[in-house]
Amino acid sequence: MTIQISQLHKSFGQTEVLRGIDLTVADGELVALLGPSGSGKTTLLKIIAGLDWPDAGRLDVDGQDWLRLAAQDRRIGFVFQNYALFPHMTVRDNIAFGLTVRPRAERPGRAQIARKVDELLGFLQIEALGGRYPAQLSGGQRQRVALGRALAIEPTVLLLDEPFGALDAAVRRDLRRWLRGVHDATGTTTIFVTHDQEEAFELADRVVVMDHGRIQQIGDAATIHDAPATPFVADFMGATVALPVTVRGGSVAAPGVDASRVVAPGLPDGPARLFVRPEDLVPVPDPAGPWTVASISNTGSQLRLVLADASGAEVPADLRRRHPAAQGLSPGARVHLRPEAASVFPV
Amino acid sequence: MSLASAPPVRARAVLPGFRLTFGTTLLYLTVIVLIPIIALVIEGAGIGPARLWDIVSAPRTRAALRITITAAAVATVINAVYGLLMAWVLVRYRFPGRGLLDALMDIPFALPTAVAGLSLTALYSANGWFGAVLAPMGIQVVYTLGGIILAMSFTSIPFVVRAVQPVLEKLDPALEEAASSLGASGWTTFRRVIFPAIMPAWLGGVTTSFARSLGEFGAVVFIAGNLPFKTEIASLLAYIRLEEYDYEGAAAVALVLMVLALVLLFLSNLVQIRAARYGAVTA
Repeated sequence: MTIQISQLHKSFGQTEVLRGIDLTVADGELVALLGPSGSGKTTLLKIIAGLDWPDAGRLDVDGQDWLRLAAQDRRIGFVFQNYALFPHMTVRDNIAFGLTVRPRAERPGRAQIARKVDELLGFLQIEALGGRYPAQLSGGQRQRVALGRALAIEPTVLLLDEPFGALDAAVRRDLRRWLRGVHDATGTTTIFVTHDQEEAFELADRVVVMDHGRIQQIGDAATIHDAPATPFVADFMGATVALPVTVRGGSVAAPGVDASRVVAPGLPDGPARLFVRPEDLVPVPDPAGPWTVASISNTGSQLRLVLADASGAEVPADLRRRHPAAQGLSPGARVHLRPEAASVFPV
Repeated sequence: MSLASAPPVRARAVLPGFRLTFGTTLLYLTVIVLIPIIALVIEGAGIGPARLWDIVSAPRTRAALRITITAAAVATVINAVYGLLMAWVLVRYRFPGRGLLDALMDIPFALPTAVAGLSLTALYSANGWFGAVLAPMGIQVVYTLGGIILAMSFTSIPFVVRAVQPVLEKLDPALEEAASSLGASGWTTFRRVIFPAIMPAWLGGVTTSFARSLGEFGAVVFIAGNLPFKTEIASLLAYIRLEEYDYEGAAAVALVLMVLALVLLFLSNLVQIRAARYGAVTA
């Protein structure tokens, strides 16, 4: 199923949570919506599911206008953040729910439903849990049951809201790999919401970075990491050091900064901001440098430095201990900064 | 240093005063609740089974019990439906005056039952507001079984509303969203997801409502007319027997009412315990 979203707007009272979302998801694709809380990613997911409604915009799936379709007629598989398993039903009954509520004419027979549930229990590797109640399951098991319940209706689209949010790290990694396997086996168009970059990049074909109700960038891990499209994405991807610079003729300059390794092709002349990750920021000993090493802490393989300038501004820099620049650095030493890689945005 | 030479440490309770508060509670509960019930059982046992059966199976007692149980059952069915609806409206919708409506729900609890009985009688008597409308249609409420049912459901409806309300409030909205995303219609979602979740609490409220209706006295005696064999309720009969210094007769009727109420409460708790086992929300 191809999902086409255009100019979707949504407000809760005075707060605009979606400000013109345009997004196309291809048939069979696995897409992550990545962003901090309040970015609108969950609202977008719920609108696709029919559990929330936009104020304006279009949502077409395979050419059909889904904004004219109630949630129960869209045949989507939705996996909730807290799984929302029916507490009074066994695992089997939970998984079978979507089939048993179909109108009598379309409802599969009892034996057929049982067969389908068996098949899913096997596929999800939870054969032994069929008779248990949700309260008797671990978080990872509940996650599998929730996915099984969503897959039982052979959904047109699979939507997952923070699917691994409530699990511990080891289970997360396991389930992540497993979910990718499930997707590859079923080929269902899948969208999931997460605030975890590693999760988004490891699992998804494409990642949609959102902030404040807008899509900031769409791409794969390398593109988003190396060429962030907006200052927000740069900062979100770890380039948390922002330095004021000046652009002239495509090259970047600032007092106390050696920006020779940074290129800013096509950027208009004038003031700009340079975003750099602390690990890409090298302090170079320089008696005339405007920055002073304020403190150094040793984390074993890394040195974490705090550098201050005359105005009191502080920036962090992470340096491998064996890095040539690390030799001869001690608190009070004067340096200039050399970003190894950075992105520059006009102010 | 060996363990033996280490000085022993006594664990200290975080909350002080356990003995005092527990002792007081136990004493109070015994004097106020337990001893009267035991006394009633002993009194009943003293009568002897044959005599007990004679009293209970006497036509007037049987009639009073039948009227009481019938009226309480009908009142409870009304409360079960209407109380659930009321709780639903109070929890699910936001409308002006919701807070007021919510507060009104406590009036049957707070109002002296005699006041309730009096005002219901005034409303439904032939020249009252409602009575004047109903009388030409040939419907008489006062001094009939209908009046008893009315008084009983008035005093016991909050039990259902207040039992269901908190559970409905706690119900995860994602459960309904999940049901509808899986293709369930609104009614199916209620029947298969919401109702099973609130059922134990609802049943608890309904049982308490029934138990309370069985014993309702103040509100009923005003509106019932209290004609033996027609509109005389069991607790009034017990009262009359007591007035006649027929302690055995009074105790026997009271015992029947008590056993009925206790059996119901026991059954209701059983259902709730079973439900709690798989983690359904209970009050």
